[in-house]
Amino acid sequence: MSSDAAAIHAVEVTINGERYERPALARQLLVHFLRDTLGLRGTHIGCDTGNCGACTVICDGRLTKSCMLLAAQADGCEITTVEGLAPARGDLTPLQAAFNAEHGVQCGYCTPGMLMSASFLLERNPNPSEHEIRRGLKGNICRCTGYENIVRAVQSAARAAAAATAKGNS
Amino acid sequence: MTDFTAPDAVVETIESVQQELGRWTGKSIPRKEDRRLLKGQGQFVDDAWMFRQGYVHFLRSPHGHANIRSIDTTKAEAVPGVYATMTGAEMAEQCEPFFRIAPDPAARIEEYPLALKARFQGDAVAVVLAETRELARDAAELIEVDYEPLPAVVDAVRAADPRSPVLHEEIGSNLAWHGIYDYGDIDWALENADHVVRIDRLHFHRFSSTPLECQGALVNWDPGTDQIEILSNIQFPMFATQVLGPSLGVGQDQLLWRYQDSGGAFGNKIAMYPQIAALALISRKAGRPAKWTEYRSEHMLSCGMGNERTFLDIEVPVMRDGTILGFRMRAFDDAGAYLHYEPLGAVIWSQVVPGCYRFKHVNVDYTETLTNKCPTVPNRGYSRLQHLWMIERLVDTVAHELEFDPVQLRKLNYVQPEDYPYETPNGCIYDSGDLPLTLDKALALIDYPSARERQRSVASSGAGKRIGIGIGSTLDSGTNNFGQARIINPDLPFSGNGEAATVRLDLYGEIFCTLGSSPTGQGHETTAAQVVADILGASPADVRVHAGFNKEHGAYVGFSGTYASQFAVTGINAAIGAARLLRAEIATVAAAALQCEGADIQLEAGVASYRGDGERAIPLIGIANLVYANNAELPPEVADGVSLNCRYVYRPPFQVPDPVTKRGNLTLTYAVQIHACVIELDEQTGQVRILDYGAVDDCGNRINPQIVEGQVHGATGLGVGAALYEAFNYSEAGQLLNASFYDYHAVTALDVPAIKTDHLESPSPFTPNGAKGMGEGGGAPLATICSAIQDALGPGAELVSDSHNPPERVWRLLRSTGARGVEVQTR
Repeated sequence: MSSDAAAIHAVEVTINGERYERPALARQLLVHFLRDTLGLRGTHIGCDTGNCGACTVICDGRLTKSCMLLAAQADGCEITTVEGLAPARGDLTPLQAAFNAEHGVQCGYCTPGMLMSASFLLERNPNPSEHEIRRGLKGNICRCTGYENIVRAVQSAARAAAAATAKGNS
Repeated sequence: MTDFTAPDAVVETIESVQQELGRWTGKSIPRKEDRRLLKGQGQFVDDAWMFRQGYVHFLRSPHGHANIRSIDTTKAEAVPGVYATMTGAEMAEQCEPFFRIAPDPAARIEEYPLALKARFQGDAVAVVLAETRELARDAAELIEVDYEPLPAVVDAVRAADPRSPVLHEEIGSNLAWHGIYDYGDIDWALENADHVVRIDRLHFHRFSSTPLECQGALVNWDPGTDQIEILSNIQFPMFATQVLGPSLGVGQDQLLWRYQDSGGAFGNKIAMYPQIAALALISRKAGRPAKWTEYRSEHMLSCGMGNERTFLDIEVPVMRDGTILGFRMRAFDDAGAYLHYEPLGAVIWSQVVPGCYRFKHVNVDYTETLTNKCPTVPNRGYSRLQHLWMIERLVDTVAHELEFDPVQLRKLNYVQPEDYPYETPNGCIYDSGDLPLTLDKALALIDYPSARERQRSVASSGAGKRIGIGIGSTLDSGTNNFGQARIINPDLPFSGNGEAATVRLDLYGEIFCTLGSSPTGQGHETTAAQVVADILGASPADVRVHAGFNKEHGAYVGFSGTYASQFAVTGINAAIGAARLLRAEIATVAAAALQCEGADIQLEAGVASYRGDGERAIPLIGIANLVYANNAELPPEVADGVSLNCRYVYRPPFQVPDPVTKRGNLTLTYAVQIHACVIELDEQTGQVRILDYGAVDDCGNRINPQIVEGQVHGATGLGVGAALYEAFNYSEAGQLLNASFYDYHAVTALDVPAIKTDHLESPSPFTPNGAKGMGEGGGAPLATICSAIQDALGPGAELVSDSHNPPERVWRLLRSTGARGVEVQTR
């Protein structure tokens, strides 16, 4: 417990469009800052080593495992978490609805991180192949689904978006 | 529309229940629980918080085996923000040893919440409660433990050797359990068989499902009420409560269990009671709620791992036509350092003694030993997947060695469709199925003839690749008879099984249901709503199933929890029974209100009517009003006989097995999965790539086919992981070599192949709804992939004798010129 570890930093972040300014211990991880300091508990912790992806958020446009970043490093960043995908009491996003329709959720613990990775993927590649989807999700471990229905959900969301675009263009 | 003939018609015949299910039951409706989970609104254990809570950190042994000479917590306690510390000795003074399942000599093991001697790397020896998670961890590092390292034993067979280090001196050896299972006449079979196939050794490796959410609990021993509130993702709370009450010296009513969502369990979260006991004691000491969330490395070291099993001296008598008569062997199961749920595994496997096959003569000399490794806990397919893998290896080896067609040999030896209900050599009753058809469907999924063609063309191409085709099976025995515990220890006071549910009408006519299960992803809120909706003429959207387990709902029996493939039978039939009780009460009240007979009441879309007459009807809100707030309107004999709060306990029909002969009906239902796959094996690297994978399940009547299919996918994913990527490895000194997801490769979306599925529905004749539990089909991929590797290796190759086959092992098998591990004697 050196004095560095006990140092406190002021962290200012914008999360899901809302600005927060809070003190953070020098060694506090971003995921603990999100969960414990801000009470945004949709972002989960599954491994502590950056392997499982349960803590995935989008930080300044980059897909980020929030257990691999200190809260102080996120100072000034713009972050999207699972709570930022759909309104708390409103409709699901098309991607979330596809996870529901295709049974891509079992225990739901990996789901927030999986949704962040999947939405990040679809934003950059609206029409991914099955292999591209699997590659895009390889940083997110799911122990329940065998990934099959998660892949189907992402494919289904991509198809729905393509159909909506085609309709809009016609 | 739902009709019923008598208001008190609750006692169901199998036919009458199944007639009432069908509008919603059997449909793939999307899950009700998904909405909150998709929005990050699930309430998992680490999301829980209590006023004044402190954070717990367990100090764990770095040694595989060591005496503890002394522990000094002074420096930790001096840190500002540390609320309390406790050691094993202090806890042992404040509680009784945990209840033991094992008979003598292992019954003499006295286990407390913290260890008094370190018996595996990760054994908890002290605990800190502090203001923050980080502070608790830092303070734990200041605890000074003087260890005396001891030699370790990490192999179950060696642990049985009297010269090996002994973990628990009080029992004088490492023996957890020993018994002989002897059915039919194996000596006769071996003497009279045309061939005897002998296998030196098969080894089923150590792995676990490693749920993505680790274990956790928030425990508050309230000084005012003396009640212990436990928020925890433990998956079998009613087992833990029976262990903890006597240990902590509190009544069962003082233990209040509650949780909402759990991030997967797979059996691994069953044995959390030592940690919860430690949290309760330090909460009492500090006068604060104590919160613990397991770190991943802590989980890998100490949560619990699946059973590792070594099979020795296997002898298989085979007739000229391919009929396999049975087998003889010695089995050594590795319990790890403590018996937290073991030695139940030493009998659980015998639910499936002959696997899918008509073997008549079986002799198993079964030993379970204690080793300096993490304790064993149930893991998806608990104790049966080891045995079923061994059986599939036997059948596969017989086919290879005696040059039988692997498909025809299996079909010849399978239990046949006309054999059901089929009694196994130890008195278990297989309820229904069609194994040859199930296998045909699996082969169709991988286009078996084309795969064989491809195998030939690749072999002749000289490209350094080989194709292998594998077949495997798993029997998912569900709804177990706890009486089988008496085969382990005749003094245990357990038998039968069951589950409770409540279905109620609330004040304004709301239908809601509470369950005794503790779901971990299986969709209980959805499937319970489907059956309740059918019984009450409602829609699943109108049925609110309260999430998670809460002891104060009153929907529990001693068996309550989620484990062992039983919710579709026990939990669902409890919900059906409670809904029928409620329907009868609604009819009674409606008949009084509408001046008619209960038999004339129809219930549809929230309205009870006289034979469907919309003019002579009363809505559910009116029924509820009469009972809750307007009872002077009701005839007294009606008002006194209803509560609209209906609880039902489903009890499967079981008898106590015979502990002497080790015979009895150990489980009610037998779902089956048969898998087939095509692999490509790289001769240079030993790398196995799955080219095609098919899984066919038969679990009787499916309540929600999409959920069933999801379970098949999930079990297959974990099985593929175990077969090729996932294994816990220990050094000789008892150091776990892969205690994180860096080193333990939990499979990713790139590792699990696309999974093709098909199904049969052979209704169980033994369950009211014709369903069978089916969550545990995780074993089939291990057998299927081993079979495919053996097929790729070709004639004369060494036996694929291990369930785990990473590239280096396959590479060695490809180059092996030594002993093959198998021999055949032909008369």
